[in-house]
Formats: sequence, C-alpha cells, structure tokens
Amino acid sequence: MPRTIIPFGPQHPVLPEPVHLDLVVEDEKVVAARPSIGFIHRGLEKLVEKKDYVEFVYVAERICGICSFIHCQTYCQAIESLMNVAVPPRALYLRTVWGELSRIHSHLLWLGLMADAMGFESLFMHSWRVREKVLDVVEATAGGRVIFGSCKIGGVRRDIDAECIKQTIADLDSIEREIATITKVFLSDRSVKARLSGVGVLSRKGAYDLGCVGPTLRASGVAQDMRTLGYAAFKDLDLAPITRTEGDSYARCAVRCDELLQSARLIRQALAKIPAGEVAVKVTGNPTGEIIARTEQPRGEVVYFIKANGTKNLQRFRIRTPTFANLPAMLQLLQGCDLADVPVLLLTIDPCISCTER
Amino acid sequence: MTAEANIEIVTPDALLEKVRALRDQGYRLVQIGAARLPESMELTYSFDLENRLANLRLNLPLDQPRLPSISSIYKCVLLYENEIHDLFGIQVDGMAVDFHGNLYKTAIKHPFATLKAPRVTAAAEPKPSGPPKSAGPPKPATT
Repeated sequence: MPRTIIPFGPQHPVLPEPVHLDLVVEDEKVVAARPSIGFIHRGLEKLVEKKDYVEFVYVAERICGICSFIHCQTYCQAIESLMNVAVPPRALYLRTVWGELSRIHSHLLWLGLMADAMGFESLFMHSWRVREKVLDVVEATAGGRVIFGSCKIGGVRRDIDAECIKQTIADLDSIEREIATITKVFLSDRSVKARLSGVGVLSRKGAYDLGCVGPTLRASGVAQDMRTLGYAAFKDLDLAPITRTEGDSYARCAVRCDELLQSARLIRQALAKIPAGEVAVKVTGNPTGEIIARTEQPRGEVVYFIKANGTKNLQRFRIRTPTFANLPAMLQLLQGCDLADVPVLLLTIDPCISCTER
Repeated sequence: MTAEANIEIVTPDALLEKVRALRDQGYRLVQIGAARLPESMELTYSFDLENRLANLRLNLPLDQPRLPSISSIYKCVLLYENEIHDLFGIQVDGMAVDFHGNLYKTAIKHPFATLKAPRVTAAAEPKPSGPPKSAGPPKPATT
C-alpha cells in the first residue's frame, strides 16, 4: 500500500491555534504523525532576562489566554516561595476561587470546541453561552475577563465584598444547573458515545509511561492531581481527583465534564470558608535560588522552573506546560487511527498551543 | 505547594545509569530544561513519584555541548530532547526520534541561545570615513 503524507494544520477548522502535523497515511489509516511547533513561539522564557521579576507577572499571565490566571498564580507562588513571603489566607482563598473559575471557563471552551468538531453545533453554542456567564462572574470579581490581572507577588490586587460573594454564589447556582444539563446531554447522547467510545484508548500504564498529565492521565485511572499538593487554599478543601478507568476518548471527555461540577463545588466551599483579613503583603528585595513550582492547570500539571541570582532579573524561567507533556501520548494515539478520527483525538487531549510554544 | 529543588549533580557518562535507576523505581519523567549560564550549559531532568520530585543536573561546556539521549529509557522524551537541540544547540546523541532541527519552525533561525554575538547587518556597519560620494569621479554609466 503506497504511503501519502497529509499536512494537518497549522490552519485547520478544528484548531483554534496553530500546530502542524504531518500525517503519514496508508489509505484511510494513519501510520505515523510527526509534529512541528514554533509558529507562535514568542520567546517569553528569554524575555525574563529583560523584564524585572515584578513586571514579569504581567508576561506570565499573558502566556496563554485560557490558562492565564493559573500561569500568573504559579509564577507568583514560585517567587513567593523563593523569597519566603507569607501570603495572607484571604488572598490564597481568592486565588483558589479565580483558579477554579478559570478551570470552568477553560473546560466549557473545550466542550464547545469538542462539540463543534463532532458537528454538534447546538451544544457548542450552549457551552459557550454558559461560558459567557462564567466570564461575567470573573469580570464582577476580578475586573478582567480573559486576563484577570488580579494576582501579584505577595497576594492579590483586589478583594471582593460580602455582597459580591453572595452574588457569585447565586450566579454559580444557575451556572451549575446549566452545566449539569449540558454535560448530561453530551455524555448520554448516542451519537457522541458512538463517536468517542473505544476510540483512542490509552492504558493506565501506557498513559503513565508516556508522561501524560491532567484529565488525559486521570481518564486512564491514575489519580494524579497537583491540587492535592495543597497549594493556595486546596489544603483546606475537600478534593478527590476525578478518575475513569476506560482510557478512551469518551472517558477523557467525561473526566472534564465531572471536573466542571467539581470546580463549582470547590468554589462554593472556598467562598463559605473564606477568612477575613488583608489580601496582600508588601514584598521587598530580590529573589535568590532556584525552585520548581507545580500547579494544576485545566489541562494538567504545569511545571515552572525558576533560577534567580539576587538581581531584579531572573536568570532562567522555564515552563513545561501540560500540552507539551500530553503531545507524545497524542502522537501514539494517532498511530493506527482512522484519518477521520484525527480531529477528535487531537481535541481529547485539549491542546493549548500558545502555552506549549511560549 | 512548591517543591524545593532537590537536585543531584551527574556527569553525562553517569546519566543513563541514574535515569534507568529512577525509571525502575517507577518515576515519571516530568521535564527536561536547559539554561544557558555565563560559564556553562545547565540541564535539569525532573522526575516525579507520588508527587515527590527528584532532579538530575548536568553541566555541559558552552563549546559544542553534547549529551546522551535517554530515549531508550523514556520513550516520551522526544519533544524535550528535540527542543533542547533546536533552541539551545545541544547535540543529543542517539535520539530514537530525531527531527534534525525541524521540530521548531520559527521565523528567526534557531538555536537562539548559542548565538555568540549579535549579527551585524549592512545598515548597522560603520560607514568608512572619506569624501562624500558626490565629490568623487562620476561612475561610468551602465548599459
């Protein structure tokens, strides 16, 4: 059987961001996939040598538009650990709330894209309609919609009052109800099941050995979630990683759908327990030393490596994003799949290319 | 929250043995990161087992840095090793999947980190001092 190479991307209807795959196909079967990245490589890691470490908070938040808040939070946590800054508890709770709101809007965005890739357009529109409501809550609490701009080294920039908390809980009730309806439709739909069940199976061992993270790993039965490390306010919240054992595309979708409701529960818990007090402390001096900080992004574990030498500019800043860790698994999933399954398999790892290319 | 870097320094010769030992204990490869320091190229390999991090560190010379690939132990290493080859110019020997510098497609030629000095463009070159061109002999007309 002759082999053909089909270019997939960097511009493709299912790809909101540019990544390129050369698909080696035999008839309709993909034999191998070869990625190339770098179309939106912005040299953000290198930029740390030009911006001082406080200014870099703004850059860290702009690494990606979807995971913006958690990038900023991870960066601040890393610098705070290096400088031994004790962040006020109220700020930690606010970070937790915004982080989980960020996870909800990211998962709803993914759900919409996934539905669109399968031709389920009404579900796509409903997902994004609910996502708008989440963005409204973000705007009411943080002030921004995509870039929250609320996290800083030493705490957070703004507080929310009791009235705002009450309103957020009321909004959350309606968002949660709508999410429950949407995810029920998605997960119990016959066509969706036929399209996703048994497609792209990753075994527990396979997923772990390939270094997968986040929902991709949890769908294969490994209960790994960086939130269990207890950063921010997670140490005080009731959190159990959501896992499935099937390891197929349907399981990866189901994990994310369940995480939407889990995040809403976490926000509710955090707002119920939020302590009173200051939201930021003053930070002076420059960081020294090196640290590896990890948090849970919507797509999985993100790793920040920071090396500082006591000057205002950091020496090295490196990010290993969750999509970068999930790409080898995706390449493995694509081997042997049908050409028509490529968009679905690509979306089940929820790729975030802006993060990956930095 | 954050793990203090627990780092063991290794030599390129001992790398494979150390990585294999971690692999046998069930560690997951978390990341490989390179940093260009003033005097050396520093690589950090991070591994995780049940949320505990173990790190290995290599220091390579800036002049023609090379290291052995660990792709025979961790199959998922392909992107990390090709990335440090593309962006930092480090030669990785024995990669199972070698993109030969084609993983990153950037408008500016990579690797960026090993550029010794900024390129001098024609516009930035100092002009030789001398009489202005208009004072010189007229150029012969070209046909």
